[in-house]
Amino acid sequence: MIQVTVKLFASFRIDRFDREIREYPPATTVADVVRELKIPETEIGILLLNSVHVDLQRQLADNDVLAIFPLVGGG
Amino acid sequence: MKNIDHEQLKDFFSGHAEGDLVSWPNQLKLMDLIGVTCSEADELIMQSGFLPARYQRNRHMISITQQLQLLKSRVAVVGCGGLGGYVIEELARLGVGRLRVIDSDVFEEHNLNRQLLSTITNLGTSKVAAAVSRVTEINPAVKVEPRQVIVGRDNGVDILSGVDVVVDAIDNVKGRLDLEQICHQVEVPLVYGAIAGWFGQVGCIKPGQGTMQKLYANWTAGKGIESTFGNPSFTPAVVGSFQAAEVCKVLLGQGGLLDERILSVDLLQMQFDDIPVQ
Repeated sequence: MIQVTVKLFASFRIDRFDREIREYPPATTVADVVRELKIPETEIGILLLNSVHVDLQRQLADNDVLAIFPLVGGG
Repeated sequence: MKNIDHEQLKDFFSGHAEGDLVSWPNQLKLMDLIGVTCSEADELIMQSGFLPARYQRNRHMISITQQLQLLKSRVAVVGCGGLGGYVIEELARLGVGRLRVIDSDVFEEHNLNRQLLSTITNLGTSKVAAAVSRVTEINPAVKVEPRQVIVGRDNGVDILSGVDVVVDAIDNVKGRLDLEQICHQVEVPLVYGAIAGWFGQVGCIKPGQGTMQKLYANWTAGKGIESTFGNPSFTPAVVGSFQAAEVCKVLLGQGGLLDERILSVDLLQMQFDDIPVQ
């Protein structure tokens, strides 16, 4: 298993968490985490893995930090 | 500005300045005496080492030289709605001398809960016209250049050329991505802001950094969570104020900017996160 720090922001924190260290099997992708957390893909704005932008297909490694933001577009 | 008699100016200040401050009634006398506009009078007062008393509470944070620098600056505010209303208000009070305000819309009833420039009496009228009249009421030294258009890739370079900073106060992702491209082309920093419900994001993008492209890389179409959450009165005020502070620092070359990072604002949990974006 690998350990990944998952940070959620804004509305994604509601009924979930702010920051958690979670365990996943090797070869887990960002999309797997999003699905597990029941976050609708259409609501996703920014995905940052260790501060660098990634897409949903990216595989996670041990000790990664994944930040997930909703799409915020209003003005 | 026409030729100024500097002896006459010196006499005027010795009789009408209190310390190094020139009050508004005395500034009006000066404008009448030598036949200059409010903006020209601000400039003459500051060039002579005095300060229009309207700006006295900017002091010690902003010197007379810096206040003059702000007067000579030009900022474009793209969008005169939620964020834009606050940004325009704050930059005008700060003393930024030229504001190019851009919005194609008219005010509608659903704007009234948060858009500073909207009133019961101006529903159905243009947002940029409201910006002109508001700025004229609060700081007549500010020259407002209204543009009732949508900024896009076709007209953006024309509309945004000649400005020192661009403020993103628009309400859609496509417009923001275009705006970043245009700012890159005209080599002007872009102060980014976006809001949805209790939440917001703010940042400062220097030409070539491409932060917006990274932020919205997963976007394909449609609105963000603002379509679910709406926007209350206070979120645009908070995020718009952060944007105004970034503009002030860009113009004065001071302090630390939110570049290659964003500030994520969560007013529900009262948490502010500084997120590097590389």
